Amino acid sequence: MAILSAENLRYSYDKKSVALDGITMSVEEGEYIAVIGHNGSGKSTLAKLFNGILKPESGKIIVDGLEATDKKSLFEIRKKVGVVFQNPDNQLVASIVEDDVAFGPENLGVKRKEIGERIDFALKAVGMEEFRKSSPTRLSGGQKQRIAIAGVLAIKPKILILDESTAMLDPIGRKEILSVIEKLNKEQGVTVIAITHYMEEVISADRVFVLDDGKIALTGTPREIFREKEYIKSIGLELPTASYIASKLVEKGLLEKGEYLTEEELLEGLCK
Amino acid sequence: MKDVTFGQYYPSHSFVHKMNPAIKILLTIAYIVGVFLVSGDNYYAGFLACVVFVLIATITARVPIFRVLKSIKAIIFFVLLSAILQIFFNKDGTPLWENGFITDKALIASGFIALRIILVVMGASLLTLTTSPVEIADGTEVLLAPLKLVKFPVHEFALIMSIALRFIPTLLEETDRIIKAQQARGAEFEGGIFKKAKAMIPVLIPLLIGSFRRADELADAMDSRCYSGSKNRTKYKKMGLTYRDAISFIITGGLVAGVVLLNGVVIL
Amino acid sequence: MQVKIENLSYSYGSKKLKVKAVNDICLEIKEGEFFGVVGHTGSGKSTLIQHLNGLIKVQKDSGKVIVGEYDLTDKKCDFKGLRAKVGMVFQYPEYQLFAETVFEDVKFGLKNFYPNLTEKEMEERIKKAVETVGLDYEKIKEKSPFELSGGQKRRVAIAGVIVSRPEVLVLDEPVAGLDPTGKREFVSLLHALHNDFVKTIIIVSHDMNLIAENCDRVAVLNKGNLVKVGTPKEVFMDKVKVEEWGLELPSTAYLTEKLREKGIEIDSDLTIKGFIDGYIRAKGGEK
Repeated sequence: MAILSAENLRYSYDKKSVALDGITMSVEEGEYIAVIGHNGSGKSTLAKLFNGILKPESGKIIVDGLEATDKKSLFEIRKKVGVVFQNPDNQLVASIVEDDVAFGPENLGVKRKEIGERIDFALKAVGMEEFRKSSPTRLSGGQKQRIAIAGVLAIKPKILILDESTAMLDPIGRKEILSVIEKLNKEQGVTVIAITHYMEEVISADRVFVLDDGKIALTGTPREIFREKEYIKSIGLELPTASYIASKLVEKGLLEKGEYLTEEELLEGLCK
Repeated sequence: MKDVTFGQYYPSHSFVHKMNPAIKILLTIAYIVGVFLVSGDNYYAGFLACVVFVLIATITARVPIFRVLKSIKAIIFFVLLSAILQIFFNKDGTPLWENGFITDKALIASGFIALRIILVVMGASLLTLTTSPVEIADGTEVLLAPLKLVKFPVHEFALIMSIALRFIPTLLEETDRIIKAQQARGAEFEGGIFKKAKAMIPVLIPLLIGSFRRADELADAMDSRCYSGSKNRTKYKKMGLTYRDAISFIITGGLVAGVVLLNGVVIL
Repeated sequence: MQVKIENLSYSYGSKKLKVKAVNDICLEIKEGEFFGVVGHTGSGKSTLIQHLNGLIKVQKDSGKVIVGEYDLTDKKCDFKGLRAKVGMVFQYPEYQLFAETVFEDVKFGLKNFYPNLTEKEMEERIKKAVETVGLDYEKIKEKSPFELSGGQKRRVAIAGVIVSRPEVLVLDEPVAGLDPTGKREFVSLLHALHNDFVKTIIIVSHDMNLIAENCDRVAVLNKGNLVKVGTPKEVFMDKVKVEEWGLELPSTAYLTEKLREKGIEIDSDLTIKGFIDGYIRAKGGEK
C-alpha cells in the first residue's frame, strides 16, 4: 500500500495563476523520490501540501491511511511527515543544538527520558553527536542543515521531505546532506521525497517526478527521465553534465548510443 | 557590530552555570535590589559587601573578570554622565575649596552613583554570561507562571523571548551584510544624526523584509515540527533545585539582610 | 583598470587571539579578464574581495592594494570614487532592494556616486542599466521590486550596481539559488556585460563547473593563502592538490584525468565544448 498518495491536487496562491494543477501521484514506503522542476513549477507548494501547512483547493492527500486535508488529523500527519526547508538558519528555534532537536519531541509530549534518547538517536543519524552542546550559530551551513534534519528525525517521521534543503549549501555541505539522506533511506527505511533542481541529486533516486507549470510532466526512473533530453531542456531543466557530454559525443559518432547518467558510466562507454 | 557582549553566553560547567535559572534570575534581582538599598551612614560597608559578593560570584562562575568588565564599556558614557551631573548639581556638604562649586559630599556621592550602576550591570551581565538564552527564557517562564491565573500567555511569551535571542546573531550578520551591500552602492553612514537616520533606511527596509521572510519560514518549520502551543507539551530540560540553589539563596539572602541591617533601617 | 594586490594580509580578532583571514597575498588581475576566485568556505575569499572596493580597509603594515589609479593604502584615497568604479554584487543581492519602485532602487547608487547629474541624464543611465540586464524598462520601472520574481529581483539588483558604470564588477556566488535555466541565462548576461559594459569581471564561486566553463584565469585560496593562480587547465590539472584545497574537480577535469589513466590524452581548456573537441581530436576526428 502506498504510504502517501495524492489525487488531483489543485492549489493557487492568488486568482491569477495556478501553482498546482491536478497532481496525482503515489509513493511507496521506503522509496527515494525526487521531485524536480524549474523555479515556480510548483514543487515547493507540494511539500507544504503534504504536511498540511497549505490546504489544497481540491483533491485528496492520504498519508499512511490518514486524510491530510482533515484538520483534526493535522497533528498526526505532521508526526508522519517531516519537512526540512531550504534555509538552515530559519528553521532552528533554539540556541543550543540539543534544545533544538528536543523541540519536536517536546511538542509531541514525549517523556523526558525518551527525549534524551531521541536526541542521541537523531544526532547520531546525522553524524553530529559531538556538537550536542554547541551553539548552531557557530556551525557551517551543512552542519546546521544536519541539525535541522536531526530535529525532524527526532519526531520519528515515516516520510522525510527535503524542500530544496541543499540549495544554500556549498558542495561539501551538499555532499554531507546527500550522504545522510541516502543512509537514512537505506538503513532506517525512511521514505524520502527530495525536492531539488540539482540534476546530480536526482540520479540516486528510485523514481523521479518532473513538474512543469503545476502539472506532473514526466515520471519514471532517473534513466527513463533523462532519456527525454529535448523535453527536459524544453521545460527549463538540464541534463547532468556527464549525460550532456555523452549526448554530444553520440551525435558525433564517437560513443555508442546508450544511457550515461554519471561520469563513471560515461568513462566506461568511452573506454570501450 | 559583532562585539555585543551583553547577553553573550560564556559556556562552562561551573557552580553558577549549573544553578536553576529561575533561582538565578530571582537572586540577581535580589542582589540588584540590595545594591540599591545601600544607604545610611554605613554605606561603605554595604558597597564593600556588594563588591565582594559580585567578585565571589564571578570567581565561582569561572568567567574571566574582563568579560564581566567588558559589559561596563557599553554603558561607560551613562556612568560618567550620572557622575558628572551629581558633581555639578549636588550642593550638600562643604565646598572643596573656597567658593568652589564642587562639594566633598557631591564627589563622594558621584563616585557611589557610578559604583552603583557598575555593580548592577556586573550582576546582570554575570547572569547572561552564565545562563544560556534558552535557560533565561525557561527561568522567566517559571517565574511568570503565577500570571497564568490571569490568562497571561506565559509559555508563548517565553518562547518568543528565546527565539528572539536565538535570532540576534543571525540578524546582526545580516545587518552587516546589507550595510556592506549599500556601501558598495555608494551609501555613506557618517555625518549628523539626521543624515545618519536617513542613510539607515536602505538598511532597515531590507532587514525588516528579511525578518518577515525569516519569521514566515520559521513558522512553517515550527508547524512542521508539530508545534501546537503549550498544551500537552513536555520539557526536556528539567530545572530541579539542588544544593547549589539552596547555598546561593542563603548567601544572597545574607547579603540583602546585611545591607539592610547596615543601613540601620528595619523594614517590616 | 588593473587590480594589483601586494603582500596583503588581514587578521581578525583581538591582539591576544589573532586569526589570519588572508596571508601575504600577491595577485594581479589584468583589465579585461574574466577572473575566478575559488576556495572552500572560510578560505578567505570574502575578505580578499572586500578589500577591492575598500569595504575592508587594508590594515597597517599589511601590504598594498592598488586598483587603477586608486591606492587603497593611501589615507587620502577617494573610496567613494573607487566604489563607483569597482561594483560589488553580494550573494543573494535581491535582499538589498529597498525602494518603492525599480526606478528608485536602481537610482540609489547612481545618485550616491554622481549627485550632480541632471534628472534626464540619470533616467537615461537607469534605462540603459535596466535594459542591459535584460528587463523591459517601461514595463518594470514603476513596479515595486518586491512584486517581481526571484530572477527579476536579482537582475534589478545587478542593474543597481552597474548603473554607476563600474569598470570592475565583483560578484560573490552570482548564480546561487537559481534553477538551471536561470543559471544559464545569468551566465550569458555576465558575458554580455563583460563584452560591452564592464571591463573586468571577478566571480567568487563554489561551482567549479561554472568557473572552468567561464573564467580566463582562476585564483585558489586555501586557509588564507593564495596557493595557485592560472588558467582553469593549470589550476585543475593536479587532482591531488585540488582535493587538498577542499575543492571539487570540474566534470571535464575529472573526465580528462580518468581518461589519462586509461591512456587517452585529451588537450582542452576544460570547457565542455573544449573537452568534446579535445576528445574528437584525440580520437582522430569525427566518425
